[in-house]
Amino acid sequence: MRTDTADVERPATAPTFQHIGIGRRLKNHTATGLFTVSFLVAVVPLLWVLYTLLSRGLVPMLSADWWSHSFYGLLPNDFGGGIYHALVGTIEQSFVAAVISVPLGVTVGVFLIEYGKDSRLASTATFMVDILSGLPSIVAGLFVYALWITTFGFPKSGFAVALSLVLLMLPLVVRTTETMLRIVPDDLREASYALGVPKWKTILKVVLPTSLSGILTGVMLGLARIMGETAPLLILVGYARSINFNLFSGPMASLPLTIYTERKTPTEAGDARMWGAALTLVLVIMLINLLATLISRLFAVKTK
Amino acid sequence: MTDSTKSERHPADAEPGAAAAPSGPQDPKTPAEPRSDSKVVRIGDRVFHSVATGSGVFVIALIAAIGLFLLIRAIPSLQANEVSFLFSREWQAGDPDNLRFGIIDLAWITVASSLVALVLAMPTAFGISLFLTQYAPRSLARPFAYVVDLLAAVPSVIYGLWGFLVLTPVISPVAVWLNTNLGWIPLFADGNIPVGTGSNVFVAGIVLAVMILPIITGVTREVFERTPTVQIEGALALGATKWEVVRTTVWPFGRNGFIGGSMLGLGRALGETVALTVILSATQEAPSYSIFDAGATFASKIALGSAEFNNNMTVGAYISAGLVLFVTTFAVNALARWIEGRSGKGKE
Repeated sequence: MRTDTADVERPATAPTFQHIGIGRRLKNHTATGLFTVSFLVAVVPLLWVLYTLLSRGLVPMLSADWWSHSFYGLLPNDFGGGIYHALVGTIEQSFVAAVISVPLGVTVGVFLIEYGKDSRLASTATFMVDILSGLPSIVAGLFVYALWITTFGFPKSGFAVALSLVLLMLPLVVRTTETMLRIVPDDLREASYALGVPKWKTILKVVLPTSLSGILTGVMLGLARIMGETAPLLILVGYARSINFNLFSGPMASLPLTIYTERKTPTEAGDARMWGAALTLVLVIMLINLLATLISRLFAVKTK
Repeated sequence: MTDSTKSERHPADAEPGAAAAPSGPQDPKTPAEPRSDSKVVRIGDRVFHSVATGSGVFVIALIAAIGLFLLIRAIPSLQANEVSFLFSREWQAGDPDNLRFGIIDLAWITVASSLVALVLAMPTAFGISLFLTQYAPRSLARPFAYVVDLLAAVPSVIYGLWGFLVLTPVISPVAVWLNTNLGWIPLFADGNIPVGTGSNVFVAGIVLAVMILPIITGVTREVFERTPTVQIEGALALGATKWEVVRTTVWPFGRNGFIGGSMLGLGRALGETVALTVILSATQEAPSYSIFDAGATFASKIALGSAEFNNNMTVGAYISAGLVLFVTTFAVNALARWIEGRSGKGKE
């Protein structure tokens, strides 16, 4: 008893917190180091790819004709020419794909959040959207080939490509719509119902406008994704080095297809065309990504 | 934006609805509409409901249609096949009267390249996710995550070019070194093309790993972020180091998410087409079941064969391969979603 009180009066000599043992500290530092390095490992290929593109593709891209001419009539050794024909194809095909998949995807998203809730049908549809988002692009191409070309008898065309891109873009649109509708506060819906507004009008006039910027951002990102798709193009359309505006007939170029085809021209000029097209494709995709970020910044509706 | 919609909604305010209180202050301009029963279903609602439900049904029908149409187109060719579809090494699909095609080699190259990719990408993605969620400074975590996501924005054809023209010459000495020093392990033995000359499964796997990295990281990061702060703080209060916090709270919580994300990455790797079409050297030699083999995967075989698509029987042979790919990715993705859905629940 007496010693106890003496102890209290004396300042404690042992530290309150014990030192961390050397083994534990070593493990901790090793882990920190490894995780940091793994991030750096991911940055290396990104920078490497971008450097490759810039160092090899910038020169052909800076030529005067690049954005206004096609490769029409170029011999394997001819430098020059432009990417206009491929740009036309890429823009037309992905635009048509977006026009089909956006309304469809938004409707599916509305169904899943506003109508389906926890029903059997909704959970099955969610699962199928998941499967669709993991669908290999070559299988999407084969399906459109089996349906559109073999069964219906249409010729290979840019439109068939657009159809296969719909399959690849649809799950992205559904996912974004779902996420965006979910964060619309229920107060808004209830306020609208309390004013006697029917459900469909509430969705069209209150819920969708509130989530519009988010959905638009998702659509842009989806667009950027499908623009780089190559596999379905190999099956569904022929490559043309001249400009073709018609989606429904004739071979049609696009940026990925141009890269893939010009790879087979074994000359320096062919290399220049290939890397130029590759850099152009990445630039277009980056531009759309940037636009998506801008949309989400500018038009974001403040919800609380 | 909300203001404009409100003003547009004004006429509707006057409509007597199911929830509207009849005693509320009425708009003086109320049209003299007959008061409808509160149970009435509006035409607009009915149309909208059926359209929305129809689109849900459409998505389900779409997947069914993909399976069905591939099957319909594959069956005639499978029946006309002169050799075993599953076990033959031959692929002669050009002559519709003498179809000889089997998928055993395609299956090996597909599985091998995807597994090499997984082995490389899984630990890296795990490290990146932990770095982004637990280690990186708050203000930098978002831009860093964006950098990783940028990897997904690069189209696969460009990865193919980069892998074939830039990476292969650089990485070949590594392949040769592995082959010379570890060649006694069957996986690192000589492949069906000389090591260091062409592009083999090893190079393809590395490029695939880069491509699936953002997918695995995306899913894993999201799950790791959701680790309850209470658990992390509890571990810290008990004196755990950062690594021990990760081991005792973040990992048990996010394990299923990580595995699910890796399965999603696997699904992507199995179906990747153009990058592998560009990278893998074509060869007729029998594979020696080493990672220095070359050949074609299901997807790249179809892409390479697209020039032969001139009659239904030939196309059917390729569609049979596509059907196998479809079924495989379906199974892998379904499994991935199932595991992912269990994340944060099971802590056994």
